[in-house]
Amino acid sequence: MTQPGFLDLLSFGPDGWSKALLAGAWMTILIALSGYTIGAVIGTFGAWAKISGGRAVRVAADAYTTILRGIPDLLVIYLLYFGGSAAITSIGRLFGADGFISFPGFLAGALAVGITSGAQHTEVFRGAFKAVHRGEIEAAIACGMSRALRFRRIIAPLTLRHALPGLGNVWQVVLKESALVSITGVVELLRQSQIGAGSTGLPFDFYLIAGLIYLAISTVSSIALRQAERHFSRGVRRG
Amino acid sequence: MDWQFTQETFLSLISALPLTLSLAGASIVLGAMLALALALARTSGILVLDWFARAYVFVFRGTPLLVQIFLIYYGLSQFPAVRHSIFWPVLRDAYWCAVMALSLNTAAYASEIIRGGLLSVPHGQVEAARACGMSRLMVFRRIVLPLAIRQALPGYGNEMISMIKATSLASIITLMEVTGVAARIISETYRAIEVFVVAGFIYLAINFLLTRLVQLVEFKLSPHLRQPENAAQAVIAGDAR
Repeated sequence: MTQPGFLDLLSFGPDGWSKALLAGAWMTILIALSGYTIGAVIGTFGAWAKISGGRAVRVAADAYTTILRGIPDLLVIYLLYFGGSAAITSIGRLFGADGFISFPGFLAGALAVGITSGAQHTEVFRGAFKAVHRGEIEAAIACGMSRALRFRRIIAPLTLRHALPGLGNVWQVVLKESALVSITGVVELLRQSQIGAGSTGLPFDFYLIAGLIYLAISTVSSIALRQAERHFSRGVRRG
Repeated sequence: MDWQFTQETFLSLISALPLTLSLAGASIVLGAMLALALALARTSGILVLDWFARAYVFVFRGTPLLVQIFLIYYGLSQFPAVRHSIFWPVLRDAYWCAVMALSLNTAAYASEIIRGGLLSVPHGQVEAARACGMSRLMVFRRIVLPLAIRQALPGYGNEMISMIKATSLASIITLMEVTGVAARIISETYRAIEVFVVAGFIYLAINFLLTRLVQLVEFKLSPHLRQPENAAQAVIAGDAR
């Protein structure tokens, strides 16, 4: 068997892996987006808990961010994947199902990425809220805005503007973290490259391609984020 | 929670701790040396070195660590030239591949931290050293580097904590460090929560101690920010008078 060249792997023909790799890249983006969204929701509540929660809520939020920033993400994925499978299996047994039921890898992965990035989201949102000028909120109160209106019209947009650079960093971290989800068997970019490497005996080519695709995704998203930052800071005077 | 099982798990996980620490220690030390070289290349003003360092940081920060580990551990063996070279005993070994990937990765992040420290050294300090007749090397060794290290230390502490966390990826290329052992126990017993709690506790303990250690070094390196003890006593004595 002659080994295909590097460019043959990239073709869309019968020997080519482009289709499979692009599908993998799409799955990577899906995992990262789902995880990121879950993290943003957790982060919103986490920041709210830290800023205006009672003592118990604040302590819980502090514990959450401290723990999640101190333990490896891989452990969280193992916990959710294996723990989820064990839980589902025992629930299945309750209903008379036999044998092992495995937890969907995508769900475990997205949840794990979400929970770990939630800790970073919390800190980003908290810092951004602190940067909102007190006077703006006071002015809103003086105008007679209700709490909900104040949050929607004043606090949320201003916080988001300050949070944007931090949110961009979290996105880049999440994108790279999504590679760990490959251990659950979800066929995302890295897993697809492993499959390709296994069936062609060309691990270097495949991991190199995977690395280049990750690099491309992160470059494109950093350009988009820079644009967004410029767009949302139009009203800010610099210097 | 089953106490006996938790205890047994703790004992098996703690026996894997030396491997985690040695992975982290080796890659932090090697990574720091490479990072210093990269930071110097970035600030050297020599175009070729500058662009090389920029490209390096871009590539290593833009790709997942796991891809880098796979590229080195599985990827390099694709080439017969590598398999027949004198480096093969090292490159065949999962431990050294992990150390290499971790060092190369941390160097990219750390070089930016060190660069920030180098840029923060006030120009007046360098001028003063020059005026004292110090050579370039001596200015760097006695003035620039100590000041840069002090400035970069808090950021470097964070990077070291990420390295401790990153060693867990070595378990994917068969190394049985703390996460590797934890994964094995979980897949054998399916008691994810207990194992997770114990392993998480070990990582938190390491990172807590590491944070404290960095704080201590920071304290030792910044005597100028503290009041000298006699002066403080003098002030207190002055108030009493």
